[in-house]
Amino acid sequence: MYSLLAVVIPYWGQSLLRVLGGLVAVLLPAGTIVYVFLFKMMSFMQSRLGPMEAGPYGSMQLFAEVGKWLQKEDIQPHNADKRIFRMAPIIVLMSTFLLVAVVPFGPDAWFTNFETGVFYALAVSSISVLGILMAGWSSANKYSLLGGLRAAGQLIAYELPMVLAVMGVVIQAGTMNLQQIVLAQNAGSIFGTDIVGNPYVLTQFVGFVVFMIAVQAELTQAPFDMPIAESELVSGYMTEYSGFRFLIFFIGEFATAGVFAMIASTLFLGGWGVPFSWFGWTSMDSVANWMNVAGPLIVFTKMMVLVFLIMWIRFSYPRFREDQLQRFAWKVLIPISLANIMVTAVLKVAF
Amino acid sequence: MVAQNIGFAIIAIIMVIGALRVVTTSNVVHAALWLVVVLAGAAAQYILLAAEFVAITQVLVYIGAVMVLFLFGTMLTRSRIGRDSGLNNSYAKLGIPVAVVLFVAMALALSKSFGTEKLPSDGSLVTTQQISDQIFGPYLLPFWALSFVLLAAVIGAIVLARKD
Repeated sequence: MYSLLAVVIPYWGQSLLRVLGGLVAVLLPAGTIVYVFLFKMMSFMQSRLGPMEAGPYGSMQLFAEVGKWLQKEDIQPHNADKRIFRMAPIIVLMSTFLLVAVVPFGPDAWFTNFETGVFYALAVSSISVLGILMAGWSSANKYSLLGGLRAAGQLIAYELPMVLAVMGVVIQAGTMNLQQIVLAQNAGSIFGTDIVGNPYVLTQFVGFVVFMIAVQAELTQAPFDMPIAESELVSGYMTEYSGFRFLIFFIGEFATAGVFAMIASTLFLGGWGVPFSWFGWTSMDSVANWMNVAGPLIVFTKMMVLVFLIMWIRFSYPRFREDQLQRFAWKVLIPISLANIMVTAVLKVAF
Repeated sequence: MVAQNIGFAIIAIIMVIGALRVVTTSNVVHAALWLVVVLAGAAAQYILLAAEFVAITQVLVYIGAVMVLFLFGTMLTRSRIGRDSGLNNSYAKLGIPVAVVLFVAMALALSKSFGTEKLPSDGSLVTTQQISDQIFGPYLLPFWALSFVLLAAVIGAIVLARKD
């Protein structure tokens, strides 16, 4: 962004652009996901129309919903620990904003270019557990507490396969910097063919599957939605939340889905890049400037594809039981991802 | 006075307040949450020292795992909302001189050995690659020993927790 489209921007301008860009990168995907998938795709899969009145095909429905939530009364349970009750949704949303900071959107269009980008993403994504535990405890409600504890157990269990699945990508790319991982995928080649570069979804397919399952669990989307299981726990840790505090949780849920999908597309689908051989680019410096504009659109498209997968599974499968969930993580996903790391390391040395 | 010093001062004040609240608050969960503030402050100080890898590890291990387990445990066992009397036991007063002695000893040791060291100002910082080269090179044996101790602890926990 030092010379975005050949215009030199001063440092304060860059910082302002990054803050605004962060807001857009979190809220725009969240709104799109809610409308396209939660309203329309879910309705289609259930043979109904979904919202149709507000705007063409109900496309303004989301604004109406947000307006409804904002004007609702701010209810806090009498026995609740009020200060922590108010802090909890903000911490959940904060971890989403911290997470988007490492996603690269173009050769110069990034928020931060961390040396250890992948590691940072995995670390800050675990902060949301704190917010969920705080919400569950401070509500002074047994259902909330049960939901919070279930969420904590689930998120800890599925963080491990997620970290291990990413290891394969890190070994293959030889770096933890997300920008370098994008470069390695788009400038790479599979057995000398560089027509599609080397997107790791092809060479790290096992890692991709394990990562997407772990993402599904981290987002507490069905079939991993025991923390908010509405038929058992009312609404889990969100039971006592209403009005704009519920809205923050709601935005947090779908924004995190979008951001995780962006990270998955960066790790496995080539991120903002197109295969460099198409345009004869060889390194990061030779990438044309217009990729700073095309890059975000490419990331957005790939994100929508991955969120479609997440939502498709969400609307198709029934809920796991708590013991099945833990057994699946510890006895299936972790051994598979460990084996994946070993095979990747051996092949990396062999080739 | 450079900007880093101001940042250090602000974070240090927050950390000291948080640390005092950990021991003075009358609710176990509040104490754990103040501890999160202290640990997050430590991570921020590592960032100021340009130790990116250590800072992220601090967040991943302490905030993401240790504190979550802490909260999980306290919420399962004694998760009352509001004031909780009887948190201090009879050794509470004894802790103050121990803490002072530990603080003085650590401060002396640190200022003796690192008091005159300065970060390189030309941007040549320790990278993650250098850290891993060190761990998997000269320090491989201590690393293995540590892993072995952790493995033993995990197996011990399973043996203790299993009833059958």
